[in-house]
Amino acid sequence: MNILTKWLRSYLPELAVDDRQLAEDLTLRGIAVEGEFDAACGGRLYEMDITTNRVDAMNHYGVAREAAAIYDVALKPLREGIGAAVAETKPGAGFPVRIEATDLCGRFTARVIRGVSVGPSAGLIAEYFAALGQKQISAPVDVTNFGWLAMGQPTHVFDLDKIAGGIVVRRARAGERLQLLDGTEKTLVADDLVIADEVKALGLAGVMGGWESRVTEETKNILVEAAWFDPAAIRASSRRHGLHTDASHRFERGADFEAAPLANHLVTRMVVEQSGGEVVGPLVDVVVSEWAAKTAQRKAISLKVSEVERHLGATADGLGIGEAVVAQYLSALGCGLTQSSEGEYAVKLPSWRLDLEREIDLIEEVARVYGYNRFADTLPSFAGAVRELPHALQEATIRETLRGMGCTEAISSTFTSAEEAEVFGGSAVAMGNPLSAEAGMLRPSLAPGMATMLAHNLHRDVNSVRLFEMGTVFEGSTAEVKERVGLALGATGGAVATALYKSEDALFYETKGAIEALLRKFEGEVGFDANALPGWIAVGRGARVLLGGETVGVFGELSSAELQARKLRQPCVIATIDAQRLFETKLRQPMSREVSRFQAVERDFSFVFPDAVTWAAIEGALRGGSAELKMEELRSVRPVEIFRDAKGRSGDQTGKQRTPTGNAGAAGSYSLLLRVVFQSNERTLTEEEITRWTEWVVAQLTGLGGTQRA
Amino acid sequence: MSKAIPELKQYDEAELDRVFAELEAEVAAQSSELTSDEAMESFRLEWLGRKQGRLGQLSAAWLKSAPAEAKKSLGVRFNRLKAQIEEARTASVVTEMKATGVSLDVSLPGAAQRMGAEHPLVKTMAEIVSVFQRMGYSVGLGPEVETDFYNFEALNFPPNHPARDTQDTLVVAGQDAKPLRERLLMRTHTSPVQIRSMLEQAPPLRLVIPGKVHRNDAADATHSPVFHQVEGLCVDTNITFSDLKGTLDHAMKAFFGSAVKTRFFPSFFPFTEPSADVQISCIFCGGKGCRKCKHSGWIELLGCGMVDPAVFASVNQRRVEMGREPVYDTGKISGFAFGMGVDRIAMMKYGISDIGLLYSGDMRFLEQFA
Repeated sequence: MNILTKWLRSYLPELAVDDRQLAEDLTLRGIAVEGEFDAACGGRLYEMDITTNRVDAMNHYGVAREAAAIYDVALKPLREGIGAAVAETKPGAGFPVRIEATDLCGRFTARVIRGVSVGPSAGLIAEYFAALGQKQISAPVDVTNFGWLAMGQPTHVFDLDKIAGGIVVRRARAGERLQLLDGTEKTLVADDLVIADEVKALGLAGVMGGWESRVTEETKNILVEAAWFDPAAIRASSRRHGLHTDASHRFERGADFEAAPLANHLVTRMVVEQSGGEVVGPLVDVVVSEWAAKTAQRKAISLKVSEVERHLGATADGLGIGEAVVAQYLSALGCGLTQSSEGEYAVKLPSWRLDLEREIDLIEEVARVYGYNRFADTLPSFAGAVRELPHALQEATIRETLRGMGCTEAISSTFTSAEEAEVFGGSAVAMGNPLSAEAGMLRPSLAPGMATMLAHNLHRDVNSVRLFEMGTVFEGSTAEVKERVGLALGATGGAVATALYKSEDALFYETKGAIEALLRKFEGEVGFDANALPGWIAVGRGARVLLGGETVGVFGELSSAELQARKLRQPCVIATIDAQRLFETKLRQPMSREVSRFQAVERDFSFVFPDAVTWAAIEGALRGGSAELKMEELRSVRPVEIFRDAKGRSGDQTGKQRTPTGNAGAAGSYSLLLRVVFQSNERTLTEEEITRWTEWVVAQLTGLGGTQRA
Repeated sequence: MSKAIPELKQYDEAELDRVFAELEAEVAAQSSELTSDEAMESFRLEWLGRKQGRLGQLSAAWLKSAPAEAKKSLGVRFNRLKAQIEEARTASVVTEMKATGVSLDVSLPGAAQRMGAEHPLVKTMAEIVSVFQRMGYSVGLGPEVETDFYNFEALNFPPNHPARDTQDTLVVAGQDAKPLRERLLMRTHTSPVQIRSMLEQAPPLRLVIPGKVHRNDAADATHSPVFHQVEGLCVDTNITFSDLKGTLDHAMKAFFGSAVKTRFFPSFFPFTEPSADVQISCIFCGGKGCRKCKHSGWIELLGCGMVDPAVFASVNQRRVEMGREPVYDTGKISGFAFGMGVDRIAMMKYGISDIGLLYSGDMRFLEQFA
């Protein structure tokens, strides 16, 4: 909405400040001037940004009222100025008006003007409209727009000769059709309020006038309407028919109940000024008393001056907000104050401020006009305890650990498509008004979002990616949605082959290592299980993640179907972990162990095993220990090098120093270089002991089906 | 190689000083010639060799024949001599490396260490939360799928109220059969956590609430249907508007630096009254006016206000329904709430031009924050 300062000042004859200062002072009081320009009619044009609760101020008189309160200057009363009563120039009966829907229409005023000759508007209207960029249509219509811009009351002019009998304000008949001013034809429902004559609907009340009864150049006689409608009814109609108009904007937020007759006078007088004609008969003003009681005649509310201070606190000047200041501001805003007892007032609320209902609303008005920045900056005292989130440490540990291992945190969409929800979650909760088909479901897992992010990078030639995301995942149904915090890791490219892992397998083991390092921060044994994997993981290339024997996640390479669906050509590993479960798990408390003073002895074993013998079986056989070799003395067992048949696969590692040769890597078997470390905390190990243990290790490995290599 | 072992005639101090001085001079003389691996090895063998080493032979011979009272003195001298020999060996190794090693091109880049980056939103959110934690605020969290009651009704957004239009809401499917207040939706702000917290706890209350929120907004450079907020709530007896001002002024100075100024404008939120928008003096130009602040010198940063009594009334009513005391007595209790968009602050702070980057998982973007 735009305001012309020239127009504004016509209501404030005493206003001394310049336009720049006025703009700043209004802005600081919530009547925000967003932009300022020179106006063609002289003065400035303000682009206003006024909060939706202040519809009363979205017009020139409304802004003038604010300025009057701020500067404590006189405001020309509407009743004696632009809204002054217009006497009839030709006697006649009042135009027949009947409000049938008294629950939806609170007031209806009507006035007849006969003998107009409709042409373009001139004078002040033309000058102001040009400055505002407001389109001129015809003088009577421009006058209604002038009234709207002047005082924020929507009005309407009918071609009187198109009205059969009198005005009836009623609910529409179901299926009743009405062509509106914008040319569209609407089919009405019984909850729509219409302005009708004895025969037909003439206009959609509070929203838009009708086509048939509009004022045209041929119009000779005019009926001027200004009314007050139930906000909820207008809002419902406006939404139902997709029509958001100036009129509906005002009515649905509450128009000024007392403004209808004033606006009718304004329009009547100016139509005659612009288009000639006679004002026939009195102003008809039908008032529904129940509505009057709820609006203009609202009961006064009580205001205690002590409450003003309790809510607002100290002022920067140290004086506080005194009783006199409270009374002055509220009076200037149109409130009627009557002192009811010491420090307490009965406040009669202005008809144009339906947003004011309670004491706190008045306190806000006092603060606003006083100026927010004139209050002191104080800090409250506090006696309560500060509570840390129970999982704060776990959450921070997850983030730090993953970042330390080179994973970058990402955030993806909360939503996923029905197809992806099916693949990655099995079931999911649907959205009622999804942003798009791809965002139709609440994500049941972070995996699809991670796959999307990996694809995003790969499609942009970023070929080495390490990401993680921690965020909410959803399960349940549309009846009840359950939320958990999930964690996902995503990796592609950049993994380095080692003596143990070929390049095509290295990414999997890197991710496994990251998961192990992460979970070792928590209490409970970390384990993996290759059974019962979801379909999005490539067969044989994933595992469930166990903590303390419970499944807490799953990870593996994306299946070729999922890679193809995203047009991806390199392997991607994704892990999903139940972060909520980690939040509820204690962080492992590190315990120091004595460091041995005695030398550790390393022994390497080179064996060929059938493929069926897994590392878990080998480690298990040795970790089981024996009567003579205590667990404490078997310090570590780890694979140092693995060599598999290179036929048809990459990863030939010959040439490395310790690579076994000979029959290594025959089909169906692999060779393994195993390193065992013996050490005691109590003594130096003897050659004899080591020999015995070494023989035991060989026996164990042979027992598993391994063949020791020379 | 092996030299004859001189016989020691006397074990008095003067004699010992003499022979050890000779030995030390000999070691010193050889030390200066240790320029090759061969020389090093023969030096080692001559003095320290297990069988032929002179040190071992001398000590064996002399200590054996020495009277008991001279053994200690002799031992000390042998130790000193051995230390001299070891030092000569070590020093020559260092010298040799200096002489023969290839110097490094120190301008070559260091071996790459991959560091994970903190997400700018997570980082910004943590920083804001930390400012308020230091002011005595506890962290509060809540669900992202909320009911209409917590997201709207209890926050003084009545059904069909125009204020609901300003928050285009994403709703969960299949809610039409439920009563309005029980219908599920994506929370449009973190404010529902205020209600949940007040239902659980009696005043005094100081909470800072970070979280993800959703609105049915079309995505563009500054809008995302997913974004993040941090809200705060402070409720106690005699909490005033000037406390709100002071708290936010202090917090903004803690977050952006002590030179930052704040100013407050009237605004409107259904759940606060009075309501305010807060601007800070431009952190880029210090208030002089620049492109970042559209030459105004100010940047709009957050919304806030005094908790509307209608909110306390909703909380009390619900507490009674839950069998709890209606302890939020508006005659005694007051409070303030504030909220800010984390995305906007992060974008401003890090010069991010498109909000979509924050949700893309794009490594090229994210790794800048490592």
